[in-house]
Amino acid sequence: MSTMRYQQALAAAVRDEMRSDESIIYIGEDVEQSLRGVSAGLAKELPGRVRDTPISEAAFTGYATGAAMAGARPIVEYQIPTLLYVAFDQIVNQAQKIRMMTGGQARVPVTYLFPGSGARLGLAGQHSDHPYALLAHMGVKTIVPATPEDAYSLVRAAIQDDDPVAVFAPAACLHRKGEVSETVGRIGAAHVEREGSDVTVVAVGHLVHDTLRVAEDVAAELDIEVINARSIFPFDWDTLRTSLAKTGRLLVVDDSNRMNGFASEIVATAAEEYSALLDRPPIRLTRAEGAVPFAVELERAVVPSSKDIRTALERFMDQHAEKRE
Amino acid sequence: MRLIRAFEELVVQLVNRNEIAGVTHEYIGQEAVAVGVCSALEAQDVLTSTHRGHGHLLARGADPERMLAELLGRETGLNRGRGGSMHIADVSLGIYGANGMVGAGAPFALGASGTRTPDGTPRVAVAFFGDGALNQGVLLESMNLAAAWQLPVVFCCENNGYAVTTPSSDSMTVSPVERAAGLGLPGREVDGMDVLAVAEAARFAVDHARNSNGPYFLDCRCYRFVGHHTAEGTMNLTYRTEEEIEHWRGRDPLALASQGAMQAGASRIDLDAIDSQVNARLKAALLGAQAGPVPAPESALDYSYASPTPVRWGLV
Repeated sequence: MSTMRYQQALAAAVRDEMRSDESIIYIGEDVEQSLRGVSAGLAKELPGRVRDTPISEAAFTGYATGAAMAGARPIVEYQIPTLLYVAFDQIVNQAQKIRMMTGGQARVPVTYLFPGSGARLGLAGQHSDHPYALLAHMGVKTIVPATPEDAYSLVRAAIQDDDPVAVFAPAACLHRKGEVSETVGRIGAAHVEREGSDVTVVAVGHLVHDTLRVAEDVAAELDIEVINARSIFPFDWDTLRTSLAKTGRLLVVDDSNRMNGFASEIVATAAEEYSALLDRPPIRLTRAEGAVPFAVELERAVVPSSKDIRTALERFMDQHAEKRE
Repeated sequence: MRLIRAFEELVVQLVNRNEIAGVTHEYIGQEAVAVGVCSALEAQDVLTSTHRGHGHLLARGADPERMLAELLGRETGLNRGRGGSMHIADVSLGIYGANGMVGAGAPFALGASGTRTPDGTPRVAVAFFGDGALNQGVLLESMNLAAAWQLPVVFCCENNGYAVTTPSSDSMTVSPVERAAGLGLPGREVDGMDVLAVAEAARFAVDHARNSNGPYFLDCRCYRFVGHHTAEGTMNLTYRTEEEIEHWRGRDPLALASQGAMQAGASRIDLDAIDSQVNARLKAALLGAQAGPVPAPESALDYSYASPTPVRWGLV
């Protein structure tokens, strides 16, 4: 167990995996200098295995697919989360489908790493998305680590996984400090960060921390259970069901757009399959429908905030009061 | 080459009889390219194919019976009925699949060529693509990346002159070899109807790549004698004249190869024997393929993931 920042945990996971498995390579833009800090020092330590690519996202994403089919275990870093859009065909239509399309002949163990995903005040329309829901929608294993422990354990799990796995590391989490157990995690397992009996909140990434703060603020009125989703796809339905059996109320706090976002699926499934457990309609707190404007006041208006989380929870308080009456 | 031609003619019949679902893209007329190029490859080498991929698989030694079973959507198919014509693959032979997206398989060739075999043997990879792909970003990016990293990749353009119905002269103002040269790839034009010419050029290109000289580009000038896909015959398209098609049919790669073989001493009887062997083989392959079971509907989600992953059906 050691204490480290989230970004250091990402780097430690990559370093520990690369030291123990020679088939792992790390490619992307400016990864030798490590602009994002994840591959820091590795180009020197592991010559030839960390390589800068041209600004050719489709080609280097496809390179990883071919290398994986030939026995390598590539990690692909995307300096900006929206570079995903440029490489979309190569991820969702190629790498992800190859195993099914070949009837299991090939495996494609590639890790797609998006360090610094989501809005971070002032990056404007094209650099502020947090597009984890897109890949989850297409069946790509997708994780959003919230804590340094998640970052370390889930990145190691992603690298060891035999399928393509996308890791979205929220920009708002990179500075966080925490204990890291230095173990390998399990993709598909959520984590209950705070136990409570009144409302279940499923939160993603940095919004887990915002939710935990708000949960303390409202503790006198509502006892909040906070589930750190960690894995967007596959999602840990068992943990959700167990929690709803206790609370009967659901809020999902999600940094994807409202239309067809992650929260949509969680709420839809809760309504369809767990309605007997719910005593109130579920609530979604998401990004607004649209893109992120530049001015910080406008950016703050469209992404979920602690204030929004509190406002959403207050609706349950009103209902709570009604219930008591 | 005879096997590819006969296989494709059989496929057309099966599509027209609705025994094969969807559409297929026949390789008829382009046989010399796959056969010539694959003759230069070694066991550890890799190739990536296109939507018109049957010829590449057969030239590399894939089993016609398992290919037919795949096209018929059988569990006994190469891809267990999950891929069909557009994604047919035999990874055990280094064939990383036909591909439904133009140019999209090319970067796989780069990745494979940059990854040594478990015993450390370097691999050469061939990326097949058509002239239409020369205007596709991922292919141009891949050619550049292969040159920048000096990867042992042979880029094989099967230049049949048309991107579906659009003549390549409407889409490009330089020749393919000029375009490749601009990205730093040496290359040459090849008579893609002459299997010996293709084989000689491929030997040069593959040796160039294997000897650590980086990628090489082949512009194989060829022609497809049939439509872009099986259904085109019913569409009354006018993008090619009968005269043009007849001109190219006059350079049929099979006829040219037969002439060459006879000049080299083969007899008509030898050539007829090849034809009857091919026909017998395909007849048996079709019977075997048709006897294969169709996949069970409840297995539709199988093979989606290599490690255990819970997935849900559309109605829970």
